Amino acid sequence: MQSTSRNFKDNAHKALNDATLQRALLNVKSGFQENRARTVAGLPEFERLRDAGRDIKNHVLANLDFYLERFEENVTANGGHVHWCRTPAEAREKILEICKRREAKTVTKGKSMVAEEIGLNDYLEENGVEPIETDLGEYIIQLRHEPPSHIIAPAIHVTREQIAVDFRREHSDLDPNRRLEEPRDFTDEARAKLRDKYFAADVGITGANFLIAETGSTVIVTNEGNGDMTQLLGKAHVVIASLEKIVPTLEDASTILRLLARSATGQEMSVYTSFSTGPRRSEDRDGPEEFHVVLLDNGRSAMLGTEFQDMLRCIRCAACMNHCPVYEAVGGHAYGWVYPGPMGSVLTPSLIGVEEAGHLPNASTFCGRCESVCPMRIPLPKMMRHYRQREFEKGLSPQKARAGLSVWSYVATRPKLYRLATRLASGLLGRLGKVKGRLTTLPLAGGWTSVRDMPAPEGKTFHDLYRDRQAAKGGRE
Amino acid sequence: MSARDDILGSIRKSLGREALTGDAAAQLRQRLAQPARNLIPDRTAGRDTAGLTTLFVDKAREFACTVDEVDSLDAVPEAVRAYLSRENLPARLVQAPALADGLDWSQTPTLEIKTGTSDGSEDTSVTPVFAAVAETGTLMLTSDVTTPTGLNFLPENHIAVLRRSQIVGPLEDAWARFRAARAKAGTAGPGDSFTMPRTVNLITGPSRTGDIEQKIQMGAHGPRRLHVILVAD
Ligand code: SF4
Repeated sequence: MQSTSRNFKDNAHKALNDATLQRALLNVKSGFQENRARTVAGLPEFERLRDAGRDIKNHVLANLDFYLERFEENVTANGGHVHWCRTPAEAREKILEICKRREAKTVTKGKSMVAEEIGLNDYLEENGVEPIETDLGEYIIQLRHEPPSHIIAPAIHVTREQIAVDFRREHSDLDPNRRLEEPRDFTDEARAKLRDKYFAADVGITGANFLIAETGSTVIVTNEGNGDMTQLLGKAHVVIASLEKIVPTLEDASTILRLLARSATGQEMSVYTSFSTGPRRSEDRDGPEEFHVVLLDNGRSAMLGTEFQDMLRCIRCAACMNHCPVYEAVGGHAYGWVYPGPMGSVLTPSLIGVEEAGHLPNASTFCGRCESVCPMRIPLPKMMRHYRQREFEKGLSPQKARAGLSVWSYVATRPKLYRLATRLASGLLGRLGKVKGRLTTLPLAGGWTSVRDMPAPEGKTFHDLYRDRQAAKGGRE
Repeated sequence: MSARDDILGSIRKSLGREALTGDAAAQLRQRLAQPARNLIPDRTAGRDTAGLTTLFVDKAREFACTVDEVDSLDAVPEAVRAYLSRENLPARLVQAPALADGLDWSQTPTLEIKTGTSDGSEDTSVTPVFAAVAETGTLMLTSDVTTPTGLNFLPENHIAVLRRSQIVGPLEDAWARFRAARAKAGTAGPGDSFTMPRTVNLITGPSRTGDIEQKIQMGAHGPRRLHVILVAD
C-alpha cells in the first residue's frame, strides 16, 4: 500500500473538517471503550494476565528462530508448506504462484492486516486473479476502493447511508425498492451475496492471530465466521502471517486469548477461534486440499534487539487506537498507511522508514492511555519518543524541535495541533472522570498521574455530550 | 542465500547469537514437550460438575446461545423437533455422521434427516462437540470424517449436543482432554505425542458482526442461532 504518512498534518486537518467522518467516529467512543471496561472489570486476574502475556511474547522473541523452525517442522509433518518471505514482493509473488498453479480465477479472503501491508489485492487483480473480501467491513471498503481505517473494524469510518449508496451501485441485481436502512438489511444482503463466492473460490486466503510452534497450527479469531468459510471452502488455504505471531503452545495461545477479545471488542471470547493444521485428511469430507503458510519478515527481524523490539509483542487488538484521543479525532486514514493509531505510529516508521512516516510519532498527546490499555504492556509513548529522537538526530524535524524544545512545546507552537491536543485531553479526562468517578484511580501510566494533580474537569462529560447529540439526532438509532 | 536462511540469520544477528544448541535448545524442547499452564483465572476453581454446568449454561446464554436440558440421549430427537417448531424453522436437518448411531429419529417422523456434511443448502445442522468450556460458555469442536467442519458454519441454525461430562472449567482443561484423547502410543516430543485434526473450532455464541456502525447483528456469515442441547449423563 502506498503511504501518505508524510502528509499526516494535512490528512488530520481534512479529517477534522469532514462532518460525515466525525459522525462515524463517534462509534469508536461509544462502543469499544465501554465494552472493554466492562469485560476487563469482570476478570479480576486481568492485570496479572497482562504480565503473563507479555512474558510469553518476550520469551518467544528471545527464541524466535527456534520457535519458527519448530513451527515449520510441524506444519510440514501435517502435510502443509511454509514459505519464508523477506519482503512484501516475495510474499505477493509466492501467493500469486500458488493461485496460478491452482488456475485460480477468484480467491476469497478473510481479514488480514498483513495482506494489506503487502498490497495483496491490487497485485492479484493486476495479475488476473479476483480477490473477494468476505469480512463485512472489508467487503464494504473493497466496494469503496478504500484501505481499512481500523485494524479490527476496517469500515468504522463509513456511515450506513454511505454503505447504502455503495451497495446500490455495486449490486446491480438489487431491487431498487429493497430497504437498506437498518444494519440488519446490510448484513443480510452481504451474507446472500457472498455465499456463492465461498463455494466458487479456488483459493481461500486468511491471516493469523497466532501460529503455534508445538502443533504447526495457524489460528484465526473472528466473530462473523467468514474466515472459517474462507479456509474451509477454498480448494487451497493460504495463510499470510508475520513472524512474530508465533507462540510456543496451545496453552500459551489460551492465555493470550483471554486478553485479546476483552481488549479488542470487549468480549470474553470472540465467537470463532479456529485452529487450522494442514490440509484435509484423506478421509475428511470437507476442507482444503492444500495448506500454505506465507511467513513475512518485512523488517521485523531487524527490530529485534532494538528499542522497538517490544512492538513485536503486539497482538493487533486495537485497544490503543480505541482509547487514543488523536485517533478518535482524525480516524485511521489520516495516518496514511495500513496501521493507524498509537501502534501504527510506532510500527509504520519501523516498517517503512522514518523518512516516510516520521510525523506519526508526533500524532500523540502523550496522555499515556494507549499504554495503560495495551494488553501486552507495550510502552507505546516511550517508543514514540525514541522515534522523535531519531528524527531529531537525522535532522528531519523542524528547527524548533531540534533547538531542544520538548515534544509538548513542539505541539504548542502549532496552534491547530495545540488546539486539537488540548481539546482532546480535556475531553479525555472528562470521560475518565465519568467512568471511574474520581481521577486518582485512573488506569493511566504512572508518568501522567505522578506529575499531575488534577481536579475532575467541570462541565459536561463526553458521555453527556454524546447522549445530548444522540437525542438531538431525533431517535435515529 | 535462501529467504529462510536470510530471515533466520537476521533474527540471530539481531539477537546477537548463533542458532541455539545444547542445553538452551533442550530446555525449549522440553517447554514444548510438556506444555505448562500459565495463570488460570479463579472463575472455575473448586466447582463440581453441577457448578461447572451452571456456569457453562449462564455463560452460553450470556453470549446469545439458547440451552435446553434433557435427561438422556434418547430425548434429543424430540428436543430438536420441539426447538425447530418453537423457532418456526423448517423440519429438516443434517446431522453429523458421528451422531447417526447414537440418535434414534424414529419417534420424530415429521423431521427430514440427512447425514453427512453441509453443502450450504440445509437450514439446520446437529453436531456433537468434543468438550465445552464453562469459563466462557465455549464449545470445542474437532474435525473428523464423522464430524465435518461445514456443519459448524454453513447452516443458519446450529444445534450442538453436549453431554454434561464434557463440560470442563478453563480452556486448559479442554486441551488436556484433547491431548489425552488424541495421544499417539509410544511417542514423545513436540507435535509428535498427539495428532491434530485439520480443524479445532472454539465457538462462543452465534455468528455476529459489528461492522455497520458498531451495531451488533447476529448471523453475519455463520449460524444465526446456536442452540445447545445439554444431556445429563
Ligand atoms: S499496541 Fe497493544 S493495544 Fe495496540 S493493538 Fe497492539 S497489543 Fe493492542
